Amino acid sequence: MKRIKRVFVANRGEIALRIVNACQELGLETVVGTSEADRNGLAAREADRAVTIGPAPASESYLREDLVVQAALGTHCDAIHPGYGFLSESPKLAARAHENGLIFIGPPPEVIELSGDKLRAREEAARAGVPVLPGKEIAPDDDPRKAGDEIGYPLLVKAAGGGGGRGIKLARDPEQLGNLVSLARSEAGAAFGDERVYLERFVVGARHVEVQIAADEHGAIVHLGERDCSVQRRYQKVIEEAPAPDLEPATRNALTAEAVAFANAIGYRNLGTVEFVLDVDTGRHFFLEVNCRIQVEHPVTEAVTGRDLVKLQIHVADGEPLGFTQSDVVFDGHAIECRLNAEDVARGFMPSPGTLSLFAVPENLHLRVDTALCAGATIPPYYDSLMAKLIGHAEGRDAAIDVLQEALEELDVEGVETNRMLLISVLGHDDFHRGAVTTDWLERAIV
Amino acid sequence: MPLSDDDVREILRIIDESDLAELQIDTEAFSLYVRKGGGDAEASGRPRVRSVTERGRTGQASGGPEASASPSAPATGDNDGLATITAPMLGTFYRAEAPGKPPFVDVGQRVEPDTIVCIIEVMKMMNSVTAGVSGTIVKVVPKNAELVEYGQPLFEVEPA
Repeated sequence: MKRIKRVFVANRGEIALRIVNACQELGLETVVGTSEADRNGLAAREADRAVTIGPAPASESYLREDLVVQAALGTHCDAIHPGYGFLSESPKLAARAHENGLIFIGPPPEVIELSGDKLRAREEAARAGVPVLPGKEIAPDDDPRKAGDEIGYPLLVKAAGGGGGRGIKLARDPEQLGNLVSLARSEAGAAFGDERVYLERFVVGARHVEVQIAADEHGAIVHLGERDCSVQRRYQKVIEEAPAPDLEPATRNALTAEAVAFANAIGYRNLGTVEFVLDVDTGRHFFLEVNCRIQVEHPVTEAVTGRDLVKLQIHVADGEPLGFTQSDVVFDGHAIECRLNAEDVARGFMPSPGTLSLFAVPENLHLRVDTALCAGATIPPYYDSLMAKLIGHAEGRDAAIDVLQEALEELDVEGVETNRMLLISVLGHDDFHRGAVTTDWLERAIV
Repeated sequence: MPLSDDDVREILRIIDESDLAELQIDTEAFSLYVRKGGGDAEASGRPRVRSVTERGRTGQASGGPEASASPSAPATGDNDGLATITAPMLGTFYRAEAPGKPPFVDVGQRVEPDTIVCIIEVMKMMNSVTAGVSGTIVKVVPKNAELVEYGQPLFEVEPA
């Protein structure tokens, strides 16, 4: 009773190619919806068919759920895979797909909507017994300083409609807070169409640890272990790994159990990620948010579990049972991913689009490279600067680091500026070698 | 928010009276791009209006093509001196206003820049497309009710 035969891929770059390849291995046809700028990209060429859904700017192509659904229907697809970013967490796309008889490869629209509302997600987490940081919504008439005093400084001003590191401001004292709340409110209104903001205690010296979950349509929910994504710059992840280094077994058990409990409580379906912040001083952990999509860093989980998460997404979306239980999930070795970006580190990480005169990644049994680029390809200026994900998998953490360092050193790339040297120096840094760093580490280390 | 004829006239009047050479407005409901004619109107200065309007939910009259501001497809490229009218958006290509009605244009027919040549439907939104060029239709490229991609050739026109 397989319903999915042809999948519409509503994304670009490496993740579009990743989805196309997973579909091919499952014997499914693919149609990639591209912008005009990506018409000649590898994902479009590898797919059975590509359709240009609009001009280069994402707001006129990749972010238009009406065009995506129309294109999926017009090419006789039966499912839409949204990848990450763009419309991947749009309840509107999920709902529109369903209304038109298409399977949305992701959670149900109401779950996406709840997860997108960071305030509601916090409340649901607390109700499910998952610890949340002290925090409070600030209504337009409220005095934020009163709430700030209750919560304690430093604290973050967060947009209810934000998430994924967007719409966050740090306030160190009441004076800063007063100015930031009204600014945050107007920015949130403009960026997310939702002016609600809330305050949340900021943990100084925190690690970012997230749990991968998978749920089928028949009530089974499992976790696939955790990932540590503490090497960040401006709330954007740079290096991720699985398992999280030096994590107390009791903490690991609590995180994974709470992630499953929370997923269960909100009726989660398909694959997702529950993010936590871990206070290194106290060892306590707190719920951050849930992501309703395949994550950029999913390959580290694939490496240590030996399971293909994109195939699993499609499988579950097609109504199939997970096919394994928690005790079947076993972990093997250590995997680290680093994100190679086209950016000029010396000039404030400015994006560096352009044409690659040279791009060759080394081959190694322990190395996986996810990219849609090759020599001669152009990195357009319209989208994010991710060029490739390099994933090293070895028996131990040090060996995985070595795999990546060697790969980055052997990598041939010319034509654009990249963060390669930064990645090499992070991987070679004593602090990183010693184990877990905190989310503020990278920005302090590169000053 | 459907854009009425009066809205379009008002926008054109504002542009006309202003010093602006071009204007782009993007909202949830519509996007509008207008460029004022320069010295060489034939080559570059064709005013172009792009808009998305919603036809009544049940599909009847109120927001029909005649009431909507028409996206004019950029006429590009000359092969054999022919101009090509390309799709200004992805959607389903309809040659006529409704099934059973005569097509907006047919081969051999003369069109002016503001002649409506087809409709492109995106999720029940009917977008009428204007020729954007003067001349005679020599070829209709897609089949009726077929999915057309952004930028795909729709008509070939012998310019005149």
